[in-house]
Amino acid sequence: MRKRMWISVALLLIVPGLILTVSCAKKAAESEPAAVEATPTPAPQPEATQPEQAAKQEQPEQSAIQAEELKAQQEARAKEAARNLFINEDIYFAFDSAALSEVAQQVLRSKADWLQENPDVTVTIEGHCDERGTAAYNLALGERRAQSAKAFLVNMGIDPARLNTISYGEERPVDPGHNEEAWAKNRRVHFTID
Amino acid sequence: MKIHSRTLISLLVVTSLFVAIPRSARGQFDYIDISNPFLRKVPMAIPVFKSLSGSGGERPLALKMTRGITHYLEFTSYFTILDSGSYLFDPERSGITAIDINFGNWTVIGAEMLITGGVKLSGQIMELELRLFDTFKQKLIIGKRYRGPVEDQDRMIRRFCGEVILSLTGKRGFFNSRLAFVSNGTGHKEIYVCRFDGKEVHRLTYYKSISMLPDWSSDSRHLAYVSYRNGRPQIFIHRLAGGHVRSLTKPGLQITPAWRPGRAELAATLSLGGDQEIYLLTAAGKTIKRLTNSRGIDVDPTWSPDGKKVAFVSKRSGNPQIYIKDIATGRVTRLTYHGRYNTQPSWSPNGDLIAYSSMEQGQINIYVSDIEGNNPVRLTSDQGDNEAPTWSPDGSLIAFSSTRTGKSRIFVMTRYGTDQRQLIALDGEQSDPSWSPNTMQ
Repeated sequence: MRKRMWISVALLLIVPGLILTVSCAKKAAESEPAAVEATPTPAPQPEATQPEQAAKQEQPEQSAIQAEELKAQQEARAKEAARNLFINEDIYFAFDSAALSEVAQQVLRSKADWLQENPDVTVTIEGHCDERGTAAYNLALGERRAQSAKAFLVNMGIDPARLNTISYGEERPVDPGHNEEAWAKNRRVHFTID
Repeated sequence: MKIHSRTLISLLVVTSLFVAIPRSARGQFDYIDISNPFLRKVPMAIPVFKSLSGSGGERPLALKMTRGITHYLEFTSYFTILDSGSYLFDPERSGITAIDINFGNWTVIGAEMLITGGVKLSGQIMELELRLFDTFKQKLIIGKRYRGPVEDQDRMIRRFCGEVILSLTGKRGFFNSRLAFVSNGTGHKEIYVCRFDGKEVHRLTYYKSISMLPDWSSDSRHLAYVSYRNGRPQIFIHRLAGGHVRSLTKPGLQITPAWRPGRAELAATLSLGGDQEIYLLTAAGKTIKRLTNSRGIDVDPTWSPDGKKVAFVSKRSGNPQIYIKDIATGRVTRLTYHGRYNTQPSWSPNGDLIAYSSMEQGQINIYVSDIEGNNPVRLTSDQGDNEAPTWSPDGSLIAFSSTRTGKSRIFVMTRYGTDQRQLIALDGEQSDPSWSPNTMQ
């Protein structure tokens, strides 16, 4: 019983392994030139028949191109939307607190995903406070908020070198109001792309 | 600065005209006991100074200086300057010395003190004689003669006011002090400096950024402040003479600089990219040692006048409270227990009190407590937010910012919370006052 299971496990590992070996042949070639001769590439064969097929199916091919363009546009739009969401979606804090709420953690997870998908981007994490409290303490609190967000993203695998932090304390409110609604909006961490 | 380039100081000759009343014991002052919270204002008369040679230029000068002394002495909140309409006697027509004065003319209108003055002008050189009398004892308390160029007139009367306050309270006063503060009238927070009474406002920074939290060195020659001019909050050391500016090079947050009295050293909060702690630094920005060691916010240091202790704000107990650290022993004691948000401590120049701001029910008010944390007394109430207390160099007044008229403005009051009044009227909002030592020429 046990032996059979091991065999099937081994097969499960070996079969995809073989497939991978074939598909990775080109990559392997870079590091091991000898492998090039040993592994013939089957790619050219279907390519030879392609022009004929293309001539026969000119119409469908064009609409395919259009569809592809459309898809590319959609993808670009989605990318843009994701980028905008990354910039525009702030995370919010309780008064005199730098603790990350459940909601804040969810938002930060999606920010981590975006950062994974855009590995060349470095960002600045801005910590802000509401107008209550005093200026210097709020500068310190704002930095702790930015650091909380940074620590969470680093735990999600983001390189800390991509994450700068700055505190603006109570100096840059988004809502100039003097009520709880405004204060709640101002107790935030905001992301900008460097 | 103008003051440093002056070579006229030597011309300003000060003569003690008469032997002042010998003080029976040092530190005993019969007239004004500044430790008495139920201080009564002393009624004082300051008749227009006498023109001594009768030359035309003397009278307007005499009038101007009489007004100047009246303004300065009223500013102290120790005196009620009696309305000149009530004066029965015009010293212009008689003498200004004790022999010529009928003290009954002054006691009958309620004046317990009298200042007389005489002005003599010869060319651009001015001579000024000033005397302070106790009208009931019919005695001279101080008499001074000043000689110097006419443009030094304000320095002369400030110096005499300093003598008056010294003879009555035993403290040097604040007539040679200034205030630094922040104003955003240009659309950006910039650092400004003015005289102690809010006059002669002078803009110091042109960074078009956020600049805040100024603090004077104990020789008044340098201001340390925080500015975002390079994109992040950094501490800058600004030499007032010549305007040389240097920033600290530490990574991370750099805020709340506080000069150590008598030394070229600062305490300041640095995060170095990690936890925020208060460090002791040289004026060049080198770390001497770390002063706090607790996870969480440590901010707002203020020194005891002997430079041996530092009070600061820490969140170590869960919310911001004020603590005191003894530098030599390392011992830390907690100062504030009342309320859940106590920040901005400011140690009094006499060493016995700490002013701070406390937030309760969403309102910030100024308190004063002794250094054991006993008997905190609230000095402001029900008038907007009142923040950032800073002591006058003699410990008699406290400047602070208040939103009581809507926008944030700089106010001043006595250390007992009396005589609250607005100090500076500028466009925009003003905040972060910092009172200099009494060292201006």
